[in-house]
Amino acid sequence: MMKNVIEVRDLVVVRSGRTVLPGIGLDVAPGVTGLLGPSGCGKSTLMRAIVGVQRVRSGSVDVLGLPAGAKALRHRIGYQTQAVSVYDDLTVAENLRFFSRVLGADAAEVDRVVDAVDLSDHRNQTVGNLSGGQRSRASLAVALLGSPDVLVLDEPTVGLDPVLRRDLWQLFHRIADSGACVLVSSHVMDEADRCDRLLLMREGRIIADGTPDEIRAKSGSDNIEDAFLRLVEEAA
Amino acid sequence: MKTLAVAGRVLTQIRRDHRTLAMLLVLPCLLISLLWWMFDELPGETFDRFGPGLLALFPFIVMFLVTSVTTLRERSSGTLERLLAMPMGKLDFLLGYALAFGLIATVQSTLAVAVSVGLLDLDVNGPVWLLGVVAVVDAVLGTALGLFVSAFAATEFQAVQFMPLFVVPQILLCGLFVPRDVMPDLLGAISDVLPLSYAVDAMKELVGAADESAVWGDVGVVVGFAVVALALGAATLRRRTP
Repeated sequence: MMKNVIEVRDLVVVRSGRTVLPGIGLDVAPGVTGLLGPSGCGKSTLMRAIVGVQRVRSGSVDVLGLPAGAKALRHRIGYQTQAVSVYDDLTVAENLRFFSRVLGADAAEVDRVVDAVDLSDHRNQTVGNLSGGQRSRASLAVALLGSPDVLVLDEPTVGLDPVLRRDLWQLFHRIADSGACVLVSSHVMDEADRCDRLLLMREGRIIADGTPDEIRAKSGSDNIEDAFLRLVEEAA
Repeated sequence: MKTLAVAGRVLTQIRRDHRTLAMLLVLPCLLISLLWWMFDELPGETFDRFGPGLLALFPFIVMFLVTSVTTLRERSSGTLERLLAMPMGKLDFLLGYALAFGLIATVQSTLAVAVSVGLLDLDVNGPVWLLGVVAVVDAVLGTALGLFVSAFAATEFQAVQFMPLFVVPQILLCGLFVPRDVMPDLLGAISDVLPLSYAVDAMKELVGAADESAVWGDVGVVVGFAVVALALGAATLRRRTP
């Protein structure tokens, strides 16, 4: 059994009076783990808690053996928020140079991550003038700077064309193969088979956890979408 | 080091935005010329009375607005959340902004002072460079207050509304319209605890009696306010948000 990189126990998060996470628990091991669930089920809040930017009511979140948000973790986690969090008025390369200086990363990192997200042709374009998919990849590139041990990516493939999506999933697997832990959220169930392991989430709770095959077998369904529906019905 | 990274980035962003850059640098010169023209036909040294106050107001107002809107943008776009999840010190972030806008204010004030003294014959008894120092300190104060109040604004509309709330009362009470010592006691006391009063006092002193130690005393007070505002600003930057 591989050691867990992320361990969440009894995590309770209340946001503006609404209990978003009512006591969630989960483990994430190295490899590519998909966090799948409908919009509004608490995926982003959970990811924010893992990165250490979410105020939590109770429970614990440990990453690489340290409490989430610890100073020593800030170099080791790459985080892509759901919003495109780069500067629209700077070019792709300027954005990456700035964030790499913040991370204290090597200048060569900029070229590496621009290539990794396939933006080499657009590196000197202002982010605001790029298409939605290109902007989101520019934001992903920032998360890849410095080859972090843990990547937390909030819906990185939404709105991208199928070829690009396949390329990105291949990239996530290459990153995971080098020993990193990649946690990717999506509300698109057909991305399930691209993951080594799945966490199915609904209304702030994990309703299934395992490899895509395990989850299908357990629920007796052919695809993850049906498995999700059956699990929800069983729980009801 | 990270302070410089932030400052460099902010300056690149402003350089990209030609219209903003032009307005930052040219508007103060145009407005001060307008003021001079207004008083041109009046007897006495009226321009000398209001000019210095205006030189203190511009950098303060402009930097307050620019900073509160830019930092709000940084909060709402998610870039601040991303930076705070990275090894970015809160103070590095704030000082980076203060440094970038301080530099812009230096250029802005140099131009405004050059126009006032060179072209419009503003009579300055103290050293002209000290006029520049006061203007820059003033701009840093505007930046620091802008950073602080941006924490309390949820939208850009609100951020802009903080100007009538935080800036206009200071303009009214700074002694530009009614000398501070003849104001009703309560208002005089309030103006004593508002930073802009000291900035305007410093400018007036430079044009009038030119007692340099009095000017430095006022500058010290303004710097003190700026430091407190930056510290409060740092306290409002939370790595963990609700």
